[in-house]
Amino acid sequence: MDSPTESEQLRQTAGYSFLFLCDEQRQMIRKWDLVHPHARHSDGADIARPAEFLLDANGTVRWVNFTESYLVRARPKQILDAVDAQGLASK
Amino acid sequence: MPNGGLEVKRSWNPILWAGFALALASLPLYFLFLVRYQNTRESPWANVLVSAIAAVMLGVGIWRAYNRPQQFRGKVFGPILTLLSVAAIGLLFTTIYSVARNLPASINAPQLGQRVPDFTLPDSEGQLVTFSTLEGQPFTSNEWPPKAAAGKKASGTVLIFYRGYW
Repeated sequence: MDSPTESEQLRQTAGYSFLFLCDEQRQMIRKWDLVHPHARHSDGADIARPAEFLLDANGTVRWVNFTESYLVRARPKQILDAVDAQGLASK
Repeated sequence: MPNGGLEVKRSWNPILWAGFALALASLPLYFLFLVRYQNTRESPWANVLVSAIAAVMLGVGIWRAYNRPQQFRGKVFGPILTLLSVAAIGLLFTTIYSVARNLPASINAPQLGQRVPDFTLPDSEGQLVTFSTLEGQPFTSNEWPPKAAAGKKASGTVLIFYRGYW
C-alpha cells in the first residue's frame, strides 16, 4: 500500500534484504481478494489482510497461510518449514 | 474525623489510583510497544499480567475504602475507577480477541494448487518487476538488489502481504 519511497525507507530502516513490491493502487490485493476494507487506523483506507503464499517456479500455490487475526502472522520458521516441506529450498 | 480528640487525615488510597493508572496504561502499553514484538502481540500475556496486578491493586484499594473508611477514602471514587479500569481492559481484550479477528474471508484468493496470474508491480526503487521474471532466477535473499549467487537458483517465491510495521 505504501509508495516505493516509503517502502524503501522501511526496508533500509528495518534492514530487510528481500525484494519489496509496492501495491499502491491496491490492484493486486483487489485481484487476489485480499482487501481488508477501511482497516488502516490512520485514515480508514483499504489495506491487505495478512496473507502469505509460497509459489513454485511455475507460479503454482504450494502453501498458503491466512491467520485468523491481523495480530498474528506467519513466523519465519513456519515459512522455512513450508519451503523445506515442498522441496523448494535453493539448490 | 475525631480520634481521641485528634483529627485524622484520611489517605487518598493511592493503591486504588495506582491500579487505575495501571489498567489505563495497559492500552498504550500494548498498542504502542508490545504490539511490535511477536511474542507479546500474538499472545498478550504481558497485558494479562498487568491487568491482573491492576485488579489486585484495585481490589485492595476498594477493600481498604470499605473496611477502613476512617483511614482510607474511596467509597465513591473507588467503584468509579474500578468500572473505568474494567472498561479499559475490556476494550483492550475485545480488540485483541474480537476486532482483530474480524477479517475478510478472501474466498476468491488463490488456492492451493492454483496457478496465479502474472503481475507487475514497482519495487521499492520504483523499478517495475514482473513476477514471472523472478521465477527460477538466481538470487540470494541476503543481497540487495538480488544478485546472482553461484550455483543457487530460487525454485520458489514467498509472497508476504504486509499491512503494518510488524
